[in-house]
Amino acid sequence: MRPAPAALCLALCLALPATAGEIWVTNERDDTISVIDVETLEVVRTIETGDRPRGITFAKDFSRVYICASDSDTVQVMDPDTGEILHDLPSGEDPEQFVLHPDNRHLYIANEDDAVTTVVDVETRKVVAQINVGIEPEGMAVSPDGKIVITTSETTNMAHWIDTATHTLFANTLVDSRPRHAEFTKGGSELWVSSEIGGTMTVFRVADQSEVAKIGFEIPGVHPDKVQPVGFRFTEDEKTAFVALGPANHVAVVNAETYAVEKYILVGRRVWHMEFSPDRSLLFTTNGVSGDVTVIDVASQEAIRTIKVGRFPWGAAMRP
Amino acid sequence: MLRLGAIVTALWATAAAGEVGVAMHYLRQEVEPPPTLSSLDPIPADEGIAGAELGLADNATTGAFLGHAYTLAVSSETEAGALVAAARAALAETGLVIVDAPAATLLAIADLPEAQGALIFNVAAPEESLRSEDCRANVLHTLPSLSMRTDALMQFLAYRRWTELALIAGTLPEDLAYAEALRRSAAKFQLRIRAEKTWAFDADMRRNASQEVPVFTQDLPEHHVLLVADEWGDFARFIPYNTWEPRPVAGSEGMSPVAWSPVLEQWGAAQLQNRFAVQAGRGMRPKDYAAWAAVRSIGEAVTRTGQADPAALRAFILSEDFELAGFKGRPMTYRAWNGQLRQPIPIVHPRALVAMAPLEGFLHERSEMDTLGPDEPESACTAFGG
Repeated sequence: MRPAPAALCLALCLALPATAGEIWVTNERDDTISVIDVETLEVVRTIETGDRPRGITFAKDFSRVYICASDSDTVQVMDPDTGEILHDLPSGEDPEQFVLHPDNRHLYIANEDDAVTTVVDVETRKVVAQINVGIEPEGMAVSPDGKIVITTSETTNMAHWIDTATHTLFANTLVDSRPRHAEFTKGGSELWVSSEIGGTMTVFRVADQSEVAKIGFEIPGVHPDKVQPVGFRFTEDEKTAFVALGPANHVAVVNAETYAVEKYILVGRRVWHMEFSPDRSLLFTTNGVSGDVTVIDVASQEAIRTIKVGRFPWGAAMRP
Repeated sequence: MLRLGAIVTALWATAAAGEVGVAMHYLRQEVEPPPTLSSLDPIPADEGIAGAELGLADNATTGAFLGHAYTLAVSSETEAGALVAAARAALAETGLVIVDAPAATLLAIADLPEAQGALIFNVAAPEESLRSEDCRANVLHTLPSLSMRTDALMQFLAYRRWTELALIAGTLPEDLAYAEALRRSAAKFQLRIRAEKTWAFDADMRRNASQEVPVFTQDLPEHHVLLVADEWGDFARFIPYNTWEPRPVAGSEGMSPVAWSPVLEQWGAAQLQNRFAVQAGRGMRPKDYAAWAAVRSIGEAVTRTGQADPAALRAFILSEDFELAGFKGRPMTYRAWNGQLRQPIPIVHPRALVAMAPLEGFLHERSEMDTLGPDEPESACTAFGG
């Protein structure tokens, strides 16, 4: 029944050579996107965007790229081949992060200054719904079957569970301070939420929204206050999670079955979000303060390269 | 007294069935500012209150999802006696009180029989004594103490190795207290205040600054940084660029250690600033921040415990489970030995953040934030069981 993005990716990935592809990185304080070639690990293009680009995601067929231009109060739709802005989508105020529904048609957008999640139809370019959530919504996730969308609110400290059929909240679950990012995993049966100031990851059972685990981090020589989990991603087998720890300048490797932290990888300063290469052999992390991207070899779990990008890189998205 | 406390607590605990009602009361004593040489930057009429109102709005949004209903009443009086009377009436209604008043009024309220068992937040009085020998078990402090701010400044000067200092202080009680805190902090971080002068002029400096200040500062010994203690913003705004030697100015003017400033934008602060500016129509000031932090501390504790009883909230707030996301880059907690909110102290100039204290390299066994202000062994506070 589920569209299963893993299978979709597999089909796309198999059609391509293992190292092909690009990583698109939004530079929050440069109003640009840096395009990294996965093969050469170099920036091959720099594309101008609206003001303060943060969230970035591609359409399922990669024919469009959507960009949250936060300070322009819009979501920009770009032709990735030409870098041309085709049109803007009505996004509500200060769009920070969004998620594209598996139907490839509905964007769920967190409006950070408005305590609202906006649902936009990318075809009609109209707002379908606005859902009141907590203060400073940021993290966005959609379940693989498309039935649930999550918004996390940074000051209200909750994960808000949105029923996509009715666009209403059916649950609100507390997490630790300043939740930043959410991801579904294990076929949509688990939801993970990172809490930046709380310094933890909370794992929920989706079926009943109950908390099944809380993951903490401890890096020798780094004060616990500085360990601030933000962006994270799962490997394709969903057995491992990579978690960006913000000003701790490390990415944690978490065993997604035992919830144990297995390793810390030193990366650039204030590591924020991350994206895999098309074949998932490499992981690219955005390091806001040092203005670069760290490339992690997924198999060996080691940082192998640093790539200079623009000022304050924030989001990252893959294009095969 | 004990019996009365019990009755009042029982009243406070009353709430509508199925919903937790959280009533808060903001008590303000309006303090007439002394005359200053410049009329720029008047103190906003809603200073402090606007911060509490933003905290209320933040709490209310969270509360709407949890069935917690928050209210904030405000009483504002010019006389201490009238405010204490207002406090009596307020404490009959709620045990959650925010006090924006001088130290003496704060203590008068905290020592009321009606206040025993209440939870009072000090958002306006920076005196060290309130966190030490005059501490009260029912008073928490969200405003940083004077020493927390001056320690932050001295940490930065030590970090930059700007070790030789000179000091110009005004004559008002607040100036003297700030100067004394600067001296203590300089000694703590082994910096040297080589000379001090008192600014007691009554000339109109808007006309004469360029002539007066060079001469006034000419006889200061060699120094790296000129400190100024002028807490009401009277004369110090005319000091920068008019000194005999070209030296940076810090303290009350120039580069200042503050609880909050509109120039903060990192650590998500831009969002808080935006929310505040939309609501209040101006920038967020330190007292606004302290009031916001007080109301948010209550909100955070109610959210996590599901209770509105002051004793339960106090216990949770002072426990290791409490933390407040305060938009200054680190989780904030309360010092369990004197009720002071631990917090980073931004060092700012009017256009940008210079540094955030604690600075790297200043270490502490418990929290690096405890390098700011007197530490537990130095505290004479015993009301918290210390």
